[in-house]
Amino acid sequence: MSESRQNGIVAGRISPASLSENFSDAYPPLSAHEALVAADRCYFCYDAPCIAACPTEIDIPLFIRQIQAGSPEGAAKTILAQNILGGMCARVCPTETLCEEACVREAAEGQPVDIGALQRFATDTLMEKGDHPFTRAEPTGKIVAVVGAGPAGLACAHRLAMHGHNVVVVDARKKPGGLNEYGIASYKTVDDFAQAEVEWLLKIGGIRIETGSELGKDFTLGEIREDYDAVFLGMGLSGVNDLGLEGVDDRVNDAVDFIATLRQAKDLATLPIGRRVVVIGGGMTAVDAAVQSKLLGAEDVTIVYRRGQDRMSASDVEQDHATSSGVRIKCYAMPRQAVASGVEFEYTEEGPDGLRGTGETFVLEADQVFCAIGQTYEGWGGQTTLELERGKIRVDLEGRTSLPDVWAGGDCALGGDDLTVTAVAEGRDAAESINRALMR
Amino acid sequence: MADLSSNFVGIKSPNPFWLASAPPTDKEYNVRRAFDAGWGGVVWKTLGLDPHIVNVNGPRYGVVYGPDRKVIGINNIELITDRPLDVNLEEIKRVKRDYPDRAMVVSLMVPCEQVCWTEILAKVEDTGADGVELNFGCPHGMSERGMGASVGQVPEYIQMVTEWCKAATKMPVIVKLTPNISDIRYPARAAMAGGADAVSLINTVSSITSVNLDLMAPEPTIDGKGSHGGYCGPAVKPIALNMIAEIGRDPETASLPISGIGGITTWRDAAEFIALGAGNVQVCTAAMVYGFKIVEEMKAGLSDWMDEKGYQSISDFKGLAVSNVTDWQYLNLNYVTKARIDQDACIKCGRCYAACEDTSHQAISMSADRTFEVIDEECVACNLCVNVCPVENCITMEKLSPGVVDLRTGETVAPDHGDWTTHPNNPTAVAAE
Repeated sequence: MSESRQNGIVAGRISPASLSENFSDAYPPLSAHEALVAADRCYFCYDAPCIAACPTEIDIPLFIRQIQAGSPEGAAKTILAQNILGGMCARVCPTETLCEEACVREAAEGQPVDIGALQRFATDTLMEKGDHPFTRAEPTGKIVAVVGAGPAGLACAHRLAMHGHNVVVVDARKKPGGLNEYGIASYKTVDDFAQAEVEWLLKIGGIRIETGSELGKDFTLGEIREDYDAVFLGMGLSGVNDLGLEGVDDRVNDAVDFIATLRQAKDLATLPIGRRVVVIGGGMTAVDAAVQSKLLGAEDVTIVYRRGQDRMSASDVEQDHATSSGVRIKCYAMPRQAVASGVEFEYTEEGPDGLRGTGETFVLEADQVFCAIGQTYEGWGGQTTLELERGKIRVDLEGRTSLPDVWAGGDCALGGDDLTVTAVAEGRDAAESINRALMR
Repeated sequence: MADLSSNFVGIKSPNPFWLASAPPTDKEYNVRRAFDAGWGGVVWKTLGLDPHIVNVNGPRYGVVYGPDRKVIGINNIELITDRPLDVNLEEIKRVKRDYPDRAMVVSLMVPCEQVCWTEILAKVEDTGADGVELNFGCPHGMSERGMGASVGQVPEYIQMVTEWCKAATKMPVIVKLTPNISDIRYPARAAMAGGADAVSLINTVSSITSVNLDLMAPEPTIDGKGSHGGYCGPAVKPIALNMIAEIGRDPETASLPISGIGGITTWRDAAEFIALGAGNVQVCTAAMVYGFKIVEEMKAGLSDWMDEKGYQSISDFKGLAVSNVTDWQYLNLNYVTKARIDQDACIKCGRCYAACEDTSHQAISMSADRTFEVIDEECVACNLCVNVCPVENCITMEKLSPGVVDLRTGETVAPDHGDWTTHPNNPTAVAAE
């Protein structure tokens, strides 16, 4: 029997060459000419709707005009001034539900300006040159602790450094980057881009990163409040929602862990994957886990979502990417229990009181099951001083928590979509708020 | 089906599309390909006396691009033919012999001495060519040697050389005019006075297309230096249309046949030139950008449009637009229009708003939900919003009926014509009788 059709969870289902091809850039960058053609489609709208649709409010018509005018580096500065992780956002933003959905050419002809790809063209051009276009203000003598080196923490740290503050960023993982490094499908961010972007960001100076240090375990909130002038919490969500399935065994894994393991794998050929994979959930994590399972050589991959496809939080483009990659999407079914051959599901329907099971069941054969039904805030070390709301840290519009010297943003804080770009906006805005408070 | 055949000052061709004197008509090989592709005629690339001139060995063309590297205009510093006269004459003879139904006109440029013109005309006549075109137009290189545009810029020279040529040949003489003058009517009148059978225009416009900011030199750059060239292509079409109209509505030259040249790219461009009085058209840039095949679109498009309009032949619509070209002072000031925005077609880009608010009359309002509406009290009907709107027919101009009050002026729209000549603000107004 060929390894590719061996039951169970095994490594090396497909050749190293196929793996390498499968995990190359899913959306290759625009060439200079393609960028000019794409840029020429922008109408330079007045008070453009795309700007309002961007959580970081990048001046999109301006940066596209700068590309048209032959100044991609200038375009990059326009982008990065609003969003220091504009390079990553260009790769991972669901632009089809943000700027590109708002593009007037979407309304006019169902074909928006290719804003995401243009942003990548501009930021790649600048970063390839190694230029860092921002400088620091005079030193303020203040020092701020940032917990979490993900998008929120990095954006916050960079903006604080620009204002002349010193920043120490601590992160529980081995590498900085947060979900950019551990939580996003490989084919969206090839060539170790997350680390390259962090290195580029740190060129501003005044930022020190300490990895492998976890809040609540290696230090407490009380301690860093003592030691620093201000604290920003951007450590994301460490807990994952539990399916509450009966009969769970080691066939059932968490999708977030799978994605992180895959991103960190040095040799994809050593990474085991099931022959038949079932992914439970309806968001981008579910899609990323499912597509990558397929790319690793799984024969049958099915996403099972309890509601209708239109309710999936993965965008249409993400769903299309999944189905065109050979992933099947099955809706209106919820898991009941793990059984010997796979997972037993119950069909669902929308009733007057919400979603309910119909009593009818079916079994999907599965060697491996990934759960992607959302992450939760777990708190840390019994910390209770921060006020929470709906399982997240309560913050105001500036990112201020219930403690006067503590700010929070990103996935661990309340409000906003759990997107990279939203985290960047929250980190940046919290930095401005911290700066105002420190300089008062 | 419409008859596209053309008889321009006695020169017959199966259609009115000629290739202008330029690189596409430089030699036998190209011209045979052009005729095989369906072009009605050619004006052979300008001949001169031996020893033949030379061209630069660096780039000859500079270009202005629109979106997607679409060529909007080309500037060239190429001179007249750089091959021996005899070679050209032999080729012309052979091609004309093999394509007797196509127009073969030969462009000429020799020094301003009668003997030069007499000598070359006799040689051209021997080839069996249908006519000659006197190149008084090229603005670069040759003009510095007292030929081309330097003749075309002096009406007396135009008349003199034209007279020499008319005396020396029985072939129809077409005089090609340069646009690099202040009033095209003077050179046209001079050509007519010299006995020209027709004028052709425009030749290229003196130009520098761009500056290389690293070399600090104009493009195209030859070893660090550049020279002005001649600009052509779609960018110059408006200049050409105006000059043709000027000649057509000048009483002195109204009867002078015109071969229209200048950025003609599609059948519609050709129809516009003919509507303003051109008897046929000459094409260069479009062929240089897209190849000879474009003539198929031009012929089919013109024919279909003529069928739709009920025009049997080119002469049926030739010059029909000339009488509608007038002086500003005769435009009807009682024709009042207002911009109207089709809300269903609007894609809410706001360009009309930016244009009107920043640069015009603050006559468009913008609501929080990006609804754009015209404020009649402010709209002067300038048309800028129509021009900048990316959606065709989304914004249109609506004529106010007589008797309606123009909310901007508070005045009732008058039913009759009223122009500047009778306007009370005009110090030289003629009182109505």
